[in-house]
Amino acid sequence: MASIAQAIRMALHKAETQLGVEDIFGEDVGPPLGGVFTCTQGLTKSWNTPLDERGIIGMAIGLAMAGQKPVAEIQFCDYIFNTIDLLKLAGNTCWSSHGQFPLQMVIMSPVGTGIHGSIYHSHSFESMATHIPGLKVVLPSNPLDTYGLLISAVKDPNPVLFLYPKALIRVQGSEKIPGEPLDPKELSSRIDAPIENRKSWSPDWPMLEEHEVEIGKASLLRKGSSLTVISYARTLPLCVQAADQLKTQGHSIEVIDLRTLIPWDESLVYKSVQKTGRVLIVNEDTEVTNFGEHLLRKINEHCFYFLQTPPKLLAGVNTPGIGLAWTLEQSQVPQLQSIQEHMKNLCELSA
Amino acid sequence: MGLTKIDLEKIYRLMIKARVLETRLIKMSKSDDGYFWIGGPGEEAFNVPLGLLIQKGEGLDYDYCHFHYRASACLLAMGSPMIDSIRQMANRSSDPFSGGRNFVSHYAIKEWNIMPVTSPIEVQYVMAPGTAWAQKKHNANGITIVTGGDAGTAEGDFASCLQWSSRPNMELPILIIVTNNHYGISTPFDQVHGDSVIAKRAESFGIKWSTVNGNDPIASYKKLEEAMNYVRSEKKPFCLEAYVSRLHGHSSSSGGNRVENEIDCIEEFEGILIKEQILSEKDCVELKETYEKEALDALKQVREEPFPLADTVFQHIYKETK
Repeated sequence: MASIAQAIRMALHKAETQLGVEDIFGEDVGPPLGGVFTCTQGLTKSWNTPLDERGIIGMAIGLAMAGQKPVAEIQFCDYIFNTIDLLKLAGNTCWSSHGQFPLQMVIMSPVGTGIHGSIYHSHSFESMATHIPGLKVVLPSNPLDTYGLLISAVKDPNPVLFLYPKALIRVQGSEKIPGEPLDPKELSSRIDAPIENRKSWSPDWPMLEEHEVEIGKASLLRKGSSLTVISYARTLPLCVQAADQLKTQGHSIEVIDLRTLIPWDESLVYKSVQKTGRVLIVNEDTEVTNFGEHLLRKINEHCFYFLQTPPKLLAGVNTPGIGLAWTLEQSQVPQLQSIQEHMKNLCELSA
Repeated sequence: MGLTKIDLEKIYRLMIKARVLETRLIKMSKSDDGYFWIGGPGEEAFNVPLGLLIQKGEGLDYDYCHFHYRASACLLAMGSPMIDSIRQMANRSSDPFSGGRNFVSHYAIKEWNIMPVTSPIEVQYVMAPGTAWAQKKHNANGITIVTGGDAGTAEGDFASCLQWSSRPNMELPILIIVTNNHYGISTPFDQVHGDSVIAKRAESFGIKWSTVNGNDPIASYKKLEEAMNYVRSEKKPFCLEAYVSRLHGHSSSSGGNRVENEIDCIEEFEGILIKEQILSEKDCVELKETYEKEALDALKQVREEPFPLADTVFQHIYKETK
């Protein structure tokens, strides 16, 4: 099964060969490296930029204004902060020009903890991103959704911020991208660049079948009756794991992978919460003005009389950064144990 | 080059038209007809030639214009009617640039490659390389033109523009213009800048550069034509700094009143045209009165046009696919 890095690569290969993408660019995105996480290896339309994040976003906006379909990368979302007013511009240009200038562009950036990234390689960005109206914000948690969402993002006539969890970049998926080789070693031998002699290497792309994930549609990963858990990105597989473990103790937990934050799948969430009457939202962004708080507010408005227990958000602690020492990082963002404890407590709380 | 008497008269006519428009817009800002005003009275001698030299149209084979908010004379020279600026000033739904959403002088015209003008003073410099790169890739006939003020060059985006326009073997067909009016809102340029010639910064990037007296329409026309010919033929960047006046301050936030001790390019040019007997004083007065009537009639018409409906705020947040 492909990893997220491989899924991004294969989606961008389709984008540059079939979907009209002529520019895939960012810091170290082009040869020889192909991205610090190898997400752009082997592509023919990828190129290296100066180390200038504002230049990267500005280039993407300008290309989109000229009717191109750029895919740009900010190497770590920790370095996207000085581009916020340009992201705001990307989000407001269609509106402020009264529909004259929709901007078809994708900005990719890895987010979150999980690589001992310390203060400037561990940030989350999704809550801030959702404060920029006019952008769409997606955040997959597995390779299959990564592929399908990136294809949809490239096709979308609007600016899409495509965030992906760096902790899961190398994790092989449990579901096959339609058409990918069954043997992960075969896939690796065909599309992973060799460490050496890279100059003469070219990838042998597998013929993938059509697969898209609609932006705005969540995924119901586990069905249950006593608790709804809503998550995405790094914490999502932990929630699934915790739910499966608690199932053996008799708890029936529904797990939703939100997948896209703007727009988000309100109907699936409300339907689930109205059924279970209990809800836990899990993500690792800092807890104050966390996107999960928006979800809580909307859930309160739409599901209040169905709720049996107070709705809960489990998020990252509100500190200025993530500490390097594992003892710090582990305590700052939700881990399997804390997720499981919160789930169990909610399930066992008297209505 | 060689500007004929007809050309000079045309330039003068457009300069007067732009000044009359700005004067009307300022009056609107001081009345119930509008709110905030910002614009370009004092930049006509540079902006009219610029507007006349632009290859106007939609798509890569025409010039992309990333203007800042003092470009009214460019727009009029390109053929934009006065009434459209008045509509934007009056924030009516008929405002073709933003539908009553944005400040005056914040143009956006898709079919003329006029990219949406923004209030931040620098962002156009960092977006312009994008359209220029699209033109370069496709070996298109059009070039990219970006304008900004002297104060905006303090932002990193100006350096980004120079950097991205001059990458080895990927030099961009872009004319980088700075209209230097010597002020950033209330702060004099030389109070906060150690460098004296902004365009000279381009030299470090291997970009050709020049300066021009932006109060002289003939010199501006010649210099712009030279610079644009270079960018068009060589497909390489050029940086041009034009020294201009700011005749009504930064915006209505500083009152919008006429300032003293700044050269008025229209008075100067008018003197030359009268001396050369290209126009008479009477011609000049009549021309001004004609445009004043056009502006006033336009305002009267705009007053009858509706404001945008409140529920339209949710339109155009996204381009819908279905």
